Amino acid sequence: MSNFLPTGIQLTYLVAASLFILGLKKLGSPATARNGNIVAAVGMLLAIAATMLDQHVLNYQMILLGLAIGSGIGAIVAYKVQMTEMPQMVGLLNGLGGAASALVAVAEFWRLLDSSQSIPLDVNISILLDVLIGGVTFTGSFLAFAKLQGLISGSPITFPFQQPFNLLLLAAYVVGSVYLIITPDSLPIFLGVVGVSLVLGVMFVIPIGGGDMPVVISLLNSLSGVAAAAAGFVVMNNMLIIAGALVGASGLILTEIMCKAMNRSLFSVLFSAFGTGSSSGGAAASGGATDQTVRSIDAEEGAMMLGYARSVVIVPGYGMAVAQAQHSVRELSDQLEKMGVDVKYAIHPVAGRMPGHMNVLLAEANVPYTQLYDMDDINPQFEQADVALVIGANDVVNPAARSDKNSPIYGMPILEVDRAKQTIVIKRGMSTGFAGVDNELFYKDKTTMLFGSAKDMVAKLVSEVKQL
Amino acid sequence: MTEALIAALFVFVLASFIGFEVINKIPPTLHTPLMSGSNAISGIAVLGAIVAAGAKDTSVSVILGLIAVVLATINVVAGFLVTDRMLQMFKKKEIKA
Repeated sequence: MSNFLPTGIQLTYLVAASLFILGLKKLGSPATARNGNIVAAVGMLLAIAATMLDQHVLNYQMILLGLAIGSGIGAIVAYKVQMTEMPQMVGLLNGLGGAASALVAVAEFWRLLDSSQSIPLDVNISILLDVLIGGVTFTGSFLAFAKLQGLISGSPITFPFQQPFNLLLLAAYVVGSVYLIITPDSLPIFLGVVGVSLVLGVMFVIPIGGGDMPVVISLLNSLSGVAAAAAGFVVMNNMLIIAGALVGASGLILTEIMCKAMNRSLFSVLFSAFGTGSSSGGAAASGGATDQTVRSIDAEEGAMMLGYARSVVIVPGYGMAVAQAQHSVRELSDQLEKMGVDVKYAIHPVAGRMPGHMNVLLAEANVPYTQLYDMDDINPQFEQADVALVIGANDVVNPAARSDKNSPIYGMPILEVDRAKQTIVIKRGMSTGFAGVDNELFYKDKTTMLFGSAKDMVAKLVSEVKQL
Repeated sequence: MTEALIAALFVFVLASFIGFEVINKIPPTLHTPLMSGSNAISGIAVLGAIVAAGAKDTSVSVILGLIAVVLATINVVAGFLVTDRMLQMFKKKEIKA
């Protein structure tokens, strides 16, 4: 496998790799993004077609059948999935990519073993790394999928001696790998290393809570790319290496952005089981602290505030998406715009369950993307806003992140809704958000609360605004 | 063999830098489509799978390769299609009613 492929195939790969980079570049602007995705897809088609011409590929019928089955399943999944389920979907696909990369490594090991060739050192190391990264991506992603889909509890799962156990697994992987590097032809040990890698993936995601999922999904995305690149080292294929590196880099950038937005280091996300009991503890604490007064209004009053404002900034949180209220929210903003109100949306980076999720949900509800503002762009504008309307968001609008050094969310970048002239918060009750901390925003003089489910309350606001 | 490995490492590192440069400029609005799109690209493992499945005689490695072909193809096809589905929803402000 170490011989270079024929020139024609290599040149086609060069074109395909360029198309990937071009496609990713075009994904950088909403106007060209759709085009960019198609460009990347064409690159993939070219790469697959070129590979079929490889002289090592003799078994066409079965491969074509495999491609057809995969395409069929893929197409069905892509058209069935709901936009709210995108994080699960991406998680699942990451897992499949990781599994495929790991399988390539296992197949290559098996082939070399069958052909009773000696396995060269560098190929051996590449195989072992690919098995680890691909295996972790595979099981880790499936667990993340199960958590997001609600198949298992989204809260962190911890048990005694968890960290020592993980270290033991890691040690087992290292010992097994060293053994295989010295004596490469031991199948049982190799299978043991594969098994340990798969268990490591499970252990990696199991202690991470639902609130940290955006970070995990981004990181697994990155890993699926690195796994593909590792598979490229195994079969010495530049196309895999380039594409894998691109995805690895992209996932890493998103991971960093998510960590920053949540005010957490990657290390603490992975190793601290955030929110382990703090949700119950926090709720109890907030019950004790509610001697401050909260101003509650009804939909009619809320509609008056919105309808007679000059500018309104809507702050949607995941609570809005869960309630499927985005269509009503759009109706509300349409209605307000008809009355001459300037409406903007403020999107916090972790408003959804994955990077940019909220933007997709609002786009699905036909909110034009020109109305959506990122945190850095909208924050200076809150002071000019007459009303900030917070729907199903909590921690990301908590001013304690700015002022209270003792708060667990201190330092987290927030949407500064408390700087608006008035703030309306639509919320079911006074419960706390993911971080389990009380929100002092609710007790401010300028803040009024509309208690109720997001969907009902927004629908009521729409009908009240219509009557103004 | 080592020469090939070094060349491959060069390709890997340089491609990573290109990735960082290109993706750093993508606005948060498009992060989800970026993720599902790049996810589809990571299905490139399908190439390795095809080579593994391509051997003439049926062996364990061919069967593993075929399974990998199916999994990676799901990743590729679903990834690109769902990204397209998302991106067609991103619209500019329509003419006000």
